Amino acid sequence: MTTLTTHADGDAGREGVAVQLIDLHRYYGPVRALDGLTLDIEPGELVALLGPSGCGKTTALRSLAGLDEPDSGRVVVGGRDITHVPANRRDMGVVFQAYSLFPNMSARDNVAYGLRLRGIEAAERYRRVDELLDLVGLGHHAAHYPHQLSGGQQQRVALARALAIRPQVLLLDEPLSALDAKVRRQLREEIRRIQLMVGTTTLFVTHDQEEALALGDRVGVMSAGRLEQIAPPAELYDRPRTAFVAEFVGLTNRLPGLAHEGMVNVLDSQVPLLDGSAGAGRVTALVRPEAIRLVPDDGAEARVLAVSFLGSLCRVQVAAGDGTLVVAQVAAQEARDLRPGVTVAISLLKMPVFATGA
Amino acid sequence: MRGGRRTRGRTIARWTSFVLIGGYLLLPLIAMLDFSTRAPGGRRTLDPWLAIGQDEDLIESIIISLQIAALTVVGVLLLLVPTMTWAYLRVPRMKRPIEFLCLLPLAIPAIVLVVGIAPIFAAIRRNATGSPLALVLIDIVLVLPFVHRALDAGLRSIDVATLAEAARSLGAGWPRIIAQIIVPNIRPALLSAAVISVALVLGEFTISSLLNYNTVQVVISLLGKRDAFVAVAVSLGALIFAFLLILGVASVTPSGRRAAEENATGEPS
Repeated sequence: MTTLTTHADGDAGREGVAVQLIDLHRYYGPVRALDGLTLDIEPGELVALLGPSGCGKTTALRSLAGLDEPDSGRVVVGGRDITHVPANRRDMGVVFQAYSLFPNMSARDNVAYGLRLRGIEAAERYRRVDELLDLVGLGHHAAHYPHQLSGGQQQRVALARALAIRPQVLLLDEPLSALDAKVRRQLREEIRRIQLMVGTTTLFVTHDQEEALALGDRVGVMSAGRLEQIAPPAELYDRPRTAFVAEFVGLTNRLPGLAHEGMVNVLDSQVPLLDGSAGAGRVTALVRPEAIRLVPDDGAEARVLAVSFLGSLCRVQVAAGDGTLVVAQVAAQEARDLRPGVTVAISLLKMPVFATGA
Repeated sequence: MRGGRRTRGRTIARWTSFVLIGGYLLLPLIAMLDFSTRAPGGRRTLDPWLAIGQDEDLIESIIISLQIAALTVVGVLLLLVPTMTWAYLRVPRMKRPIEFLCLLPLAIPAIVLVVGIAPIFAAIRRNATGSPLALVLIDIVLVLPFVHRALDAGLRSIDVATLAEAARSLGAGWPRIIAQIIVPNIRPALLSAAVISVALVLGEFTISSLLNYNTVQVVISLLGKRDAFVAVAVSLGALIFAFLLILGVASVTPSGRRAAEENATGEPS
């Protein structure tokens, strides 16, 4: 998982507006797509909304875009209540999951479309269009039609088209999910670079945690129409505030433990408990694989079951003495002595963990 | 070896079916051409064809029928394109009822339609000039099933919802979305719908005849009783016109193969 670092002078060019979604509710029959969602986005910030299918993240984006009207609640952008403003008067740039370029127009005309609607004169319009196509690296494909472009290229043009109108807010609705892994990573990094450059407040919706953690200034995890937690990526990963976040973001071992006075005893190691954890008695501790240390030990009861090579890291499956399955992640060098059948001593690093009632 | 024989077999089968079907379709046309150019004593003449241009009733009926056809196309597209786009975008549950309504004219015999609509036409005759262009109203109903089918196929071939939402987010209102985004992208479907409508209107006889309007088919029928040679020449001319119309549409609509070739030129990123 890579978290792109913000460019040193990235904040300098920021000129976005603040966005507030206040107590949004949206019901589709008995389904609660949004169940009191409240979200604040700072000017120029990129917030990634992460969650499983059906958690309401796309509904939240569509409510902000005006493509879906919430049953109750308010949408405030730049201090102005736009809850009932139609989508075509909101100035939101949207990039969709499905390819959405107009098939009858070239890349250049697609990008120019929003400017044409705003009555920008042709010379200025095409100057800005060429500038944006260069920005997304497709200046030499300007005359191509959508069917002549690959999926990645189409999404880049869609991004240029969304940015051309100088939107108040940029909304990205899983724009990378139809692309293959390599193009996806490339485009992800480009989106971040461009967003930092133009400084537009951005909401990025995805079900891919790697994408969310890599892109977002802050990442919001949604479940059942509500925001479970919103925090910078590292904080979200290291200090989850609910069991759902702990389990949804990153890999997690569910290990039995005994909690007492802010500490929990797991696999004979004492580690601190995170705020919001179950306080005392038998608990299930949610432990990250990288918080587990394995040392070969002939007298130990735990036994290595399998080792998966992941490049610089190895994932090791171990059966603890009581039969509990434990997954650890160790540096490839340290894993050289860990072969299936080897007995190992298991200990936990002193990293705080989240615990739920057993 | 075996593969080559199989390919040759397939080619022969393809050509045989092409010749048989082509012959089946062409023979009556050749017979019509033969009949309309026949003269006493086994000679050939173009008189019936030249007579088309001299028969004022016929010319007038051709002009009226073409006007009716054009107005029907405009009317049915103005009615159905926004309605179906709206159903696709905003009220998908209405797609079925709209389809049902549009298919009804197929199930209702023309004579029943005429009986139902005759009082309305009587009122139109009383209050208006009695122009045969009033037939546009009933012809729009007649072509609904075919136009609906063509438009439905066109709208299914594009992601209407996403394209419309993209256009809305860029600032377009509904009329602009329909005119600038939907219509250009379902152009082949619109052309097919237009051709089918024109062909149907030019061929429509029952209703015009029962309502006493002199459209081209009615005049051809009357002419047939007077001069069968001219009547056959006009019929063949109408068929050739419809054929050229279809050919014209096919030449401006990209074929599946051409679209695939265009796709192949796309450069991967």
